[in-house]
Amino acid sequence: MPGTRGPVPVPVQNGDGDLTLQILQAVNEHDIVKSADTFPNTSQTVIKAALDRLASRSMIEYDTKDSEEVRLTDEGQQIVAEGSHEYKVWDAVRQAGRLSLKDPVLATAAAKAGQGKAFKNKWVKKDGDALVPLTDAVTDTTRDDLQYVADHRAVRRADDLKELRKRTLVTTLKVIAYEARKGPKWALEIPVEVTDLTADMLADGSWEKATFKPYNFKALGEQSPGTGALHPLNKVREEFRKIFFNLGFTEMPTGRFVDTGFWNFDALFVPQQHPARDLQDTFYVSDPAEAGPPGPDPEADAALAAMEEEDRDEESSNQPLTAPPTRTLDYAQYYQNVRSVHQDGAFGSIGYRYPYTDAETRRLVLRTHTTAVSTYCLHRLAAHPRPCKYFSIDRVFRNETVDATHLAEFHQVEGVIADYALTLGGLQGFLRRFFKKMGLVGLKFKPAYNPYTEPSMEVFAWHQGLGKLVEIGNSGMFRPEMLLAMGLPEDLRVYGFGLSLERPTMIKYGIDNIRELLGHKVDLGFIERNAAVRLDKA
Amino acid sequence: MPTIGVNKADLYKELGKEYTRDEFDELCFEFGIELDEDTTGVEEPAQLKIEIPANRYDMLCFEGIAMNLNVFLGRQSMPNYTLKSPPSGQLETVTVSKDTAGIRQYFSCAVLRNITFTKARYESFIALQDKLHQNLARQRTLVAIGTHDLDTIQGPFTYEALPPDQIKFAPLNQTKEMTGSEMMAFYDKDKHLSRFLPIIRDSPVYPIIYDANRTVLSMPPIINSNHSKITLDTKNVFIDITATDKTKLEIVNHIIVTMFSQYCEEPFTVEPVKIVSDHNGETRETPDLTPRATQASAAYINSVCGLAESRESLCDLLKRMCYHAKPSTTDDDILEVDVPVTRADVLHQADIMEDCAIAYGFNNLPRNFPTTRAATAAALPINKLADIVRLESAMAGWAEVMPLTLCSHDENYAWLNKPDDNKAVRLANPKTAEYQIVRTSLLPGLLKTIRENRRHAVPMRIFEVSDVAFKDPALERRSRNERHFAACWYGKSAGFEQVHGLLDRVMLMLKAAFVTREDGLEGAAGVAGARYWIEGCEDPTYLSGHAAAIYLQLGGRKEAQRIGTFGILHPTVLKRFELPFPASTLELNVEVFL
Repeated sequence: MPGTRGPVPVPVQNGDGDLTLQILQAVNEHDIVKSADTFPNTSQTVIKAALDRLASRSMIEYDTKDSEEVRLTDEGQQIVAEGSHEYKVWDAVRQAGRLSLKDPVLATAAAKAGQGKAFKNKWVKKDGDALVPLTDAVTDTTRDDLQYVADHRAVRRADDLKELRKRTLVTTLKVIAYEARKGPKWALEIPVEVTDLTADMLADGSWEKATFKPYNFKALGEQSPGTGALHPLNKVREEFRKIFFNLGFTEMPTGRFVDTGFWNFDALFVPQQHPARDLQDTFYVSDPAEAGPPGPDPEADAALAAMEEEDRDEESSNQPLTAPPTRTLDYAQYYQNVRSVHQDGAFGSIGYRYPYTDAETRRLVLRTHTTAVSTYCLHRLAAHPRPCKYFSIDRVFRNETVDATHLAEFHQVEGVIADYALTLGGLQGFLRRFFKKMGLVGLKFKPAYNPYTEPSMEVFAWHQGLGKLVEIGNSGMFRPEMLLAMGLPEDLRVYGFGLSLERPTMIKYGIDNIRELLGHKVDLGFIERNAAVRLDKA
Repeated sequence: MPTIGVNKADLYKELGKEYTRDEFDELCFEFGIELDEDTTGVEEPAQLKIEIPANRYDMLCFEGIAMNLNVFLGRQSMPNYTLKSPPSGQLETVTVSKDTAGIRQYFSCAVLRNITFTKARYESFIALQDKLHQNLARQRTLVAIGTHDLDTIQGPFTYEALPPDQIKFAPLNQTKEMTGSEMMAFYDKDKHLSRFLPIIRDSPVYPIIYDANRTVLSMPPIINSNHSKITLDTKNVFIDITATDKTKLEIVNHIIVTMFSQYCEEPFTVEPVKIVSDHNGETRETPDLTPRATQASAAYINSVCGLAESRESLCDLLKRMCYHAKPSTTDDDILEVDVPVTRADVLHQADIMEDCAIAYGFNNLPRNFPTTRAATAAALPINKLADIVRLESAMAGWAEVMPLTLCSHDENYAWLNKPDDNKAVRLANPKTAEYQIVRTSLLPGLLKTIRENRRHAVPMRIFEVSDVAFKDPALERRSRNERHFAACWYGKSAGFEQVHGLLDRVMLMLKAAFVTREDGLEGAAGVAGARYWIEGCEDPTYLSGHAAAIYLQLGGRKEAQRIGTFGILHPTVLKRFELPFPASTLELNVEVFL
């Protein structure tokens, strides 16, 4: 239905036939038509609608005249009809010749007000307890002034207005009136209009003579039918993925919400008494009851192998020249290494020196971070240690009390870079480039604590809107206790960095409640109307 | 991370400078602590609330923060803590009974002689014990501290374990004597102490410390006795520490004595105590304040930091982080490093390296973009596949939603008219009934999203491509995720054809050809691509006669697999999800297309 959201010429009626036609006739006769004079009894909004209808077709032009009118109050009208209060006092005294002050004629409130004015005008005077006239004829200027107001809707002398208003004889009223005249496309009738160009019009040539209905440029166009939408958070996720791909990262297989205490904590050198492992913070699984021993995950291995294959030339010319011989992964040895680095110290570390509990490693948890997956991938790397870059963006779980900034699940963005001779300044330089792609500059790094990275750096960026440094992520170099237990070579260092997907999205869009972004309470209208994500644009 | 409140004026006096907020922020930033709040104008005297990294037990009190910052700023050197025997030459002795082995077997002890408390020092002393109890001691489960006025008690002391009813004393701030069992009842309603009761409540014996006259010092980890309590006037403090963790036992001892020995008549001296504990080989004198001697490689430190500092200047940097370090005389790469007993967080030369970087300034390190040969830009296959389905669904006019993964058992089963198939992963400790299981279907989330958007114009067309999880006993994690695609049409009419149309569209984009069930069953000889058909099925989630199962046949294979269903939702399902209008849903497993 073309044109339904365009100009809508609602027929404007005022009871005397089509008002627009009347306006056209009036303009034809008078050249300039003042609405207040020609259509005194038609309301201003109706007049305006009719004028707009004609003006939008350029048939007429009109100006709006704002003015202030003075109107008589009931009391004012009464004075015009009967004379002013002072006049009425004088008149009564004159007729009586001498009028007692106790006469009921002088008892009304109006008469009392009139007496003072009559004294002042020297029309009457007090003689004992009565009034006597001082003159035979008077000019009732109050009545005359009000008569002028009745005739002209204005006061005779501007100075009078205040006084008359104070005496509540007149009020003022704001009036909008219009002055209409012929426009460039003047005509006495509204021509037949077509709303759209049609195939028939093209075929019979009628488009040449047709009058097209003018378009309303102040309204929205018609909504595209059946518009689909991607979720705003996934749109941001996609931008992050593009940044990672541009920087040469491989996506990690994160398809396991349930992980083991071993992979989620122990392998990351998180001690078994660490508060993060409390029931308050981590979701434990009651069914299934217990994990199996650490071992290969065939599905994850297959996905990683398929992705690595994409980049391997048949001649294997891009194999690292210094690749050490491939070895098979010994998961039992790995477990023992982890156990002893916690309990007794190993790999140059004195360890935490506490009694290690095997049962803790077999507890099933909902992964509290995707770093559990990074750990699996890094251990796999020990079979063929080489430089690599991995990333993932997926859901993690925390047994949080839900509020405006916390949900029991959210998304973690994580990156891992392994290479020989990496430096701390290299991590800073990498993050500077990574965050610049999101428009975040002026990075500062703050020493922090994290059980599995040393050094650990919180990443801050300058926030223009807030005028201060805000934390945008966490980073560090994985601890030797974690990497050497895997069997990775000593000189292979590994960066890790991460941030939540929700937080930068909330900052970007000024959302202050995470439940408006993730979960079933998100407004569908928000999803449908959320703008495309351009992280590099402010 | 623990937050420590310190008196602002006192701290700035200790640091020798009246800092502005920005200056102090910056000092904290460089050191790696965080000024959380400055209560100037809110409370008198003004406090600074400072966030401390969770492993810096030596910064859990005013004394530790001031000392570490002063050393970092080069305003003081690390104190040299020494042991000093009493004038008599006779150490206090504590004999540990072997009965403690079953409940709380490790014991440590120290005496602070001729200490001068002020109100501020006393409060800090108490607060430090609280912070240690909360953090390192894991709510007193691992370690518990008791402090006593040594002049009210008489050594030698014994640490024993006795049945609760044989224990009787007046606990702290009480006048009435109670047995161990009575105390359990007495403190059961106590907001602060009740949470520690379970640590020993059900044990046949409770830990208990006596002096030579059988006067009780404390019943760890619950309460001290009123008799031996310390006051502002206490001169000699006897510290008992009991633990189930030997390492943390000594860390706690070290932190308390190093932080407060500065207030002793002879600052930084601690009087050791002899522990007799032959049954578990723990007979010794405590504390041992000898710094831990270790080594760090200058080449390693320089290499990771990207620096080329001499060993001498690395040693200078380490001095500002409380170490004592000097170049080795026998190896030209090695630094001989003494780690003070306050720095229990130092486990590896990586920690020493990080401290060098902090002292140098993280933000002064040379920054460069790392050159690395690794450059395999590759998307995870399942995500690539899911993105096809997501984009095609959105292009077909459906809106993507992202409900939660966790849901209630009812939402996943009963509300969908489904019996529990025992495939869902169940959570042990959710805080609310909203999170009982990991979803095995995407439908509950879609229907809840519609429910929350009931004011939105109809029809609503929404979809999700995301993971569900199933138990799988064959796998290490005893469970696996599965990527599903689901969609829901909700409007004044049920929209069966609409979800059917979306299925057809997605199948077309995944190059699966539509066949009739009959053609499909007849076989797919000579057909290269995938084929799918649908056939009516009975499923309690759907209205009878208005549900279909989706079958997929991959490249030329005769056998087909059922990959999902769609249909008009059963009115009872709509009712449970509080949906007044009809709806149709579709759900299928997309992993089969990998």
